[in-house]
Amino acid sequence: MATGVAAWLPFARAAAIGWMPVANCPMPIAPRDNSKKQDELIILNVSGRRFQTWRTTLDRYPDTLLGSSEKDFFYNEETKEYFFDRDPDAFRSILNFYRTGKLHYPRHECISAYDEELTFFGIIPEIIGDCCYEEYKDRKRENLERLQDDQEENKDLKQSNLNFRETMWRAFENPHTSTLALVFYYVTGFFIAISVITNVVETVPCGSTTNQKDMPCGERYTVAFFCIDTACVMIFTVEYLMRLFAAPSRYRFMRSVMSIIDVVAILPYYIGLVMTNNEDVSGAFVTLRVFRVFRIFKFSRHSQGLRILGYTLKSCASELGFLLFSLTMAIIIFATVMFYAEKGSSSSKFTSIPASFWYTIVTMTTLGYGDMVPKTIAGKIFGSICSLSGVLVIALPVPVIVSNFSRIYHQNQRADKRRAQKKARLTRIRIAKSSSANAFLQGKRNGLINELLELTGTDNDDQKLIRTISLLESQHHHLLHCLEKTTAHEFVDEQMYEQNCLETALQTYPSHSPSIASQDSPVVSCCGCGAKRNAPLPNASLPPANPIPTHHHQGPLQELSALHIQSRDPLSHTTSRSKLNLKTDDSNRINCKSGRITTAIISLPTPPALTPDGDGLHGPLQRRVPLPPGRPAAPSIQTTTSSAETNIVKVSAL
Amino acid sequence: MGALMVIFSLQPKQRRKTTDSVEDELELSAVRHRPEGLEQLEAQTRFSRKELQILYRGFKNECPSGVVNEDTFKDIYAQFFPQGDASTYAHFLFNAFDTDHNGSVSFEDFVMGLSILLRGTVQEKLIWAFNLYDINKDGYITKEEMLDIMKAIYDMMGKCTYPVLKEETPRQHVEVFFQKMDKNKDGVVTIDEFIDCCQNDENIMRSMHLFENVL
Repeated sequence: MATGVAAWLPFARAAAIGWMPVANCPMPIAPRDNSKKQDELIILNVSGRRFQTWRTTLDRYPDTLLGSSEKDFFYNEETKEYFFDRDPDAFRSILNFYRTGKLHYPRHECISAYDEELTFFGIIPEIIGDCCYEEYKDRKRENLERLQDDQEENKDLKQSNLNFRETMWRAFENPHTSTLALVFYYVTGFFIAISVITNVVETVPCGSTTNQKDMPCGERYTVAFFCIDTACVMIFTVEYLMRLFAAPSRYRFMRSVMSIIDVVAILPYYIGLVMTNNEDVSGAFVTLRVFRVFRIFKFSRHSQGLRILGYTLKSCASELGFLLFSLTMAIIIFATVMFYAEKGSSSSKFTSIPASFWYTIVTMTTLGYGDMVPKTIAGKIFGSICSLSGVLVIALPVPVIVSNFSRIYHQNQRADKRRAQKKARLTRIRIAKSSSANAFLQGKRNGLINELLELTGTDNDDQKLIRTISLLESQHHHLLHCLEKTTAHEFVDEQMYEQNCLETALQTYPSHSPSIASQDSPVVSCCGCGAKRNAPLPNASLPPANPIPTHHHQGPLQELSALHIQSRDPLSHTTSRSKLNLKTDDSNRINCKSGRITTAIISLPTPPALTPDGDGLHGPLQRRVPLPPGRPAAPSIQTTTSSAETNIVKVSAL
Repeated sequence: MGALMVIFSLQPKQRRKTTDSVEDELELSAVRHRPEGLEQLEAQTRFSRKELQILYRGFKNECPSGVVNEDTFKDIYAQFFPQGDASTYAHFLFNAFDTDHNGSVSFEDFVMGLSILLRGTVQEKLIWAFNLYDINKDGYITKEEMLDIMKAIYDMMGKCTYPVLKEETPRQHVEVFFQKMDKNKDGVVTIDEFIDCCQNDENIMRSMHLFENVL
């Protein structure tokens, strides 16, 4: 329970009266509020600034410094106030946490100073409210990064325990990690440049010999260019194979864009090697050489900017696509218009609509080559409209795309952040819920232990082991317990629940051997007789599929062995259910004669006196809320004999 | 041209959003409620001045605007039952507290309800419980209404229970309830049947006094 709503607990308890007429069982007793002190004002003096608040406000969070008895250490007898030698500005938000239940992070505070204050007052930062949590986490991360930057250089030198493959991969991805990687990085960059330059120079006409006209260098110095090309391709192939070997996930690497570019860059060479000097295919072969220009894209590994550009285009793809589509529409419209306008004139270049496309594009992009011009008046009119609208069409999308890009980029960033924090937020909520649920289950177990200890009259030392819970918690637990009684079902934790499901699935027939509690008639099992299952602690070694419910657990005091199970014969359920309605005064004494059960053995390490009887404590134990102090335990214990078992101790709730 | 279309299509969406948010803001700021004076409340309820002060402080802390609407109510109530889903039952509770059915629970409603529950006679408490179960406030509890309430209560238990909750458990429970309460077997429970039956049931009588020392 978030203690921020502690003030509403009385309301929730009062509303529980709505369950009473529906319940078939008697309700547990409410914990009594023994501290009938009047609510008083407490003065907190923080470095001279006095804060005042009610005592109950501070008591809401008993596991912090101000809410527990730890603040007594700071109590000043003469001035009757609590003095803290801390920052009063930061204390404001801490005190507000008690008042409102929400912790806020003041933005002007230094993050580490604030963290220190929180630690001092025993408040965990995870409960910072959603409004300030993002900011807090951001600042914290920045701070950590700042501290980490200095340590990173040292860390890199220590990475000797990576295996060879991982080292290689790291070298490829981060060239600055080692000298060898840097050398490799520059060598490949150099060869990419060489390869691109050779492709370009190949086509330049070199000086001609006397009787031949200008021929491109490529044909003049075929061997030289071929050698350079071979060398480059060999380097690229080796590099590709090495990357493939070092990649942590080869399949993913092969699918990545960079590796595809690599493959496309070196493939033409090999295809050229394979293919013979056949005349027909050499044309196709020449075309393939075009793909060599893709080697320039290999530079994107070396340049961050190229990568960002690629990402930009990818993210703006839909906008660009729409732009292209609308442009196409405009082109078709104007081309059609121009064609029909120029149809009449003779020797017109506008021979067909597709032929007019070229004119429209050149005009709209304000290029105006002049190779196609309209001659008729109508053509000129439409031509000018075309060029005017072209200006608009081309000029407008650019800022839209730019702003779109910026918007999308920031949105992505924010969405990613939000997604990461949503997971964290949901986890926090889930943890808070489960911790409060677990607190209840823990409280139940502690209550049981308390009862046992009181029953067995053991030493008070053991009772100190049990955690004392605050009044608020005990009231909340009482409320949950009333709900359990109303619905005749019990809260269990996840593991127990899953075990139950497993067991019910495995159970075949309710036989005379003590059987695992089955699904039958949950309504009945609450009153009186039903042996309750005590949820064993998670570290109890319960074999899940064990049909025999007898479990012995030696262990720490807190561990109760799991027992129990069904005491009721399934057949008798149907008959007794009708009797249940009339059985109001009898609820405490419902006899378990029919039940064979209870192979409940609670083994406590302490009381040896109990064991000689062969009965740790047998019998179905009824849950009872921690007893209000002073109430004698004796009258509530009834011992009845039943079946062939030894004494069954029934502790019934009043 | 296409770009123009894009720009125009972007525009109207934004305009619509701003008008909605302005109206929303006005609505939120208008809802604020101040309760009647302390003396009046003291006279109308059975709480002492001090108790009213404590109650109001808690109330205003959680709802600074002075009224609780149903969502806040559900949130607050759900915090007490972390394992299950308390929203349906909170809805019924909200309707029971909201006596004037204006969609929000003010401090007066709250305190009147609490006064009956904590300081009222057993008769008054039973009438309040009847009012809670009677969803449509027609003076009769039908099986469907009871089934709704029962399901809401069982929802609060959540999934991880022992023994495992079954589909027909609430229905069975309703049958038990009706067998107990419906004396003339006409399929509905009237308020007299309800009060009579509860007064004859020792468990219920005892549990009615359970929360008397809550405040």
